[in-house]
Amino acid sequence: MITELGHFALLLALAVAVVQMVVPAVGAHVRDQRLMAVAYPASLLQLALVAGSFLALTYAYVASDFSVENVFLNSHSTKPLVYRISGVWGNHEGSMLLWVLILAAFGAAVALFGANLPPTLKANVLAVQASIALAFLLFIATTSNPFLRIDPVPADGRGLNPILQDPGLAIHPPLLYGGYVGFSMAFSFAVAALIEGRTDAAWARWVRPWTLAAWMLLTVGIAMGSWWAYYELGWGGWWFWDPVENASFMPWLAGTALLHSALVMEKREALKVWTVLLAILTFSLSLMGTFLVRSGILSSVHAFAVDPKRGIFILVIMVLFIGGSLLLFSIRSGTLRQGGIFAPISREGALVLNNILLAAATATVFVGTLYPLALDALGGGSISVGAPYFNLTFGPLMVPLLLALPFGPLLSWKRGDAAAAMQRLLVAVVVTTLAAAAALAWQSPGPWLAPFALALGVWVIAGAVTEIAFRVKAGTAPWPEVIRRLRHLPLSSYGAALAHIGVGISVIGIVATSAWRTETVVALKPGEKLEIAGYQLEFRGTAPGTGPNYKELTGQFAVTRGGTPVTTLAPSKRLYDQPRQATTEAGIHVGWRGDLYAVLGDEQPGGAYTVRVYFNPLVRFIWLGAIVMFLGGALSLSDRRLRVGAPRRAKARALQPAE
Amino acid sequence: MTRKQRRAILIGGGLTVLAVALGLVLFALRSTITYFKSPSDVATAAPAVGQRFRLGGLVKDGSVKRGNGPEVEFSVTDTLAHVTVVYRGVLPDLFREGQGVVAEGRLEADGRFRADSVLAKHDESYMPPEVAKALKDKGVKLGQGAVHPADKKLPASGAPKGETGK
Repeated sequence: MITELGHFALLLALAVAVVQMVVPAVGAHVRDQRLMAVAYPASLLQLALVAGSFLALTYAYVASDFSVENVFLNSHSTKPLVYRISGVWGNHEGSMLLWVLILAAFGAAVALFGANLPPTLKANVLAVQASIALAFLLFIATTSNPFLRIDPVPADGRGLNPILQDPGLAIHPPLLYGGYVGFSMAFSFAVAALIEGRTDAAWARWVRPWTLAAWMLLTVGIAMGSWWAYYELGWGGWWFWDPVENASFMPWLAGTALLHSALVMEKREALKVWTVLLAILTFSLSLMGTFLVRSGILSSVHAFAVDPKRGIFILVIMVLFIGGSLLLFSIRSGTLRQGGIFAPISREGALVLNNILLAAATATVFVGTLYPLALDALGGGSISVGAPYFNLTFGPLMVPLLLALPFGPLLSWKRGDAAAAMQRLLVAVVVTTLAAAAALAWQSPGPWLAPFALALGVWVIAGAVTEIAFRVKAGTAPWPEVIRRLRHLPLSSYGAALAHIGVGISVIGIVATSAWRTETVVALKPGEKLEIAGYQLEFRGTAPGTGPNYKELTGQFAVTRGGTPVTTLAPSKRLYDQPRQATTEAGIHVGWRGDLYAVLGDEQPGGAYTVRVYFNPLVRFIWLGAIVMFLGGALSLSDRRLRVGAPRRAKARALQPAE
Repeated sequence: MTRKQRRAILIGGGLTVLAVALGLVLFALRSTITYFKSPSDVATAAPAVGQRFRLGGLVKDGSVKRGNGPEVEFSVTDTLAHVTVVYRGVLPDLFREGQGVVAEGRLEADGRFRADSVLAKHDESYMPPEVAKALKDKGVKLGQGAVHPADKKLPASGAPKGETGK
């Protein structure tokens, strides 16, 4: 019964989406307040219906109702409750429903918090949001309906892929989708601006917090996925340049560029056309990410088994939205008035450089991800593009970006003084040089470039600290003045500096792990030892064990360092019952120098086991940096200026005639 | 500086970066891509010793040999030809005789393939698409539980998960 209600709510949501798409847009066109006002209740109703539908599916999972095909295929009665819930989005149909739920939530948020938006802009934004919702609701209802029943009712379900039964992966999709779908806000605002033929600083003030929120969610979502792949797949790596990973990374890169260009637009009314285009491209990359993952054209660790009809449907959605919005852009972008001018050496100039480099980096990832697919589709043979390609293309583009980063915030708007900025960065230069020298002296084997790459991370952190120190006049003003300034510095300044520090921390982790990681593979019998990165591991043998829905074989390794015991590592091989599948659980010891990472392999004749052990220096910095970036974003988002200023200004602008 | 000059600098800077990026992409695509080859491809036109490529096919039944320390030897076959693969490391959980596998590495002078990574699909009910496609092109019937991506229906009508390859 509840399942049927969920199905019905889904169809009602579809009908509401049609109304929300058409009526407010017509209202905005003919300037009819009553028609435009339909958007408000429609978007709230939309959220209520989609949420009801989602809850109905969740109920079916929690209650293990195997008469629902989707539950039968992806759940099992012995599965722990938390994974029965996360199983809702651990499959294709449910994850698409989650996608639409998040979309509806963003739409409702505009309706609720956008009371001060110009009415026509708000109506158009909500109409565009509804058109996206309509496309995806149609997709779910026709090709991916999670509410279908089966007869006869099976006794039990088939279970969820055990590698997905993991706390990290339970929250990874909602975070990732929050990011993907969050960029739909920027898209809807961009399309609405093109329809109206005008954008202003108020528009950017509205777009920026939404983009920032989406960017924050995507940042931790990607980091969570990387962390999961690190500890769950047992390969010791944290990023594989896998097409599905790239699919989430491209919107992140474009979204990062969008955040910075929206800043220029908000403060200086420049880069309007570019910002609007970037907003469209960012969401287009999100749509493409959805297409790549959901169409099943990729051979990836993350791809689900998929029906080809779905791929074509999403392809049509993608072509319609990307093509339509770009067409609208090419027709209407000429109507957007160009704003303030600036010298090449200025804050704007630095942000433009940021945008150029990030856009070029996005393009290299795009080519590396899609070239094999295109070549295969054209009959050019099956090839793969892996880490060496990305190291050669993406890597070199990051160097100037990171080098230039500390200069940006120290240059003033309109016309900056590069020499003065350099002078302020003198301490940062010294710190960075010392870091590079220390890394050079410390590393014995390793790529000669690595210490310099590591120093880039230090440079970015030192630059961010310098910026704050400069703003509060540390070292030049008396202490009480510095403290007063520290207290009055806007939160968004701290937020930006913190986010940049996060980038630096991640860079250090990425460089250290990539350059100085060590690994060893040996066959060990109980009682034998191996040595890696100053640690001694003694193999104490294996022991069988059982969990709630799996059996496992755990290896015991006593870890010592210079004779003193450090820890015991217990990597295991698990065999899950439902579905019957083997997984590897790595044994990981987190030390301050890095992670000791052990994987238990197959048994060899004679009682030995293959054992692979890695030492990943500073690998935690990668994810720590992502968390710091998220916190920086949160700090910036909580700045009152960003929240309060926007509507007020929007109201004032609304009284002016359209350009 | 006039507005025009400023714009020229900006556009010039943008184009320079794009040109550099394009150059990097073209260079990288020439030097870093790896081709996918089936054992028959290797048999008919063997890649040069030391050239990196990806070898895909089925793990030949009864071919897995262990005992030489952490080194494993097995044959990858498309039923028409086979290539002996040597790998030092921990094989993936889904590695099994008769199942699809993709190994990346180089041919050695003795004709064996030295793999530095071995991948099996993360879902037992289907095999890596490249492997399935290569086998289909060769007219090879797929083993039990191996579903060709193009033939894939809703999972309900496909092979039951978890009961394959055992």
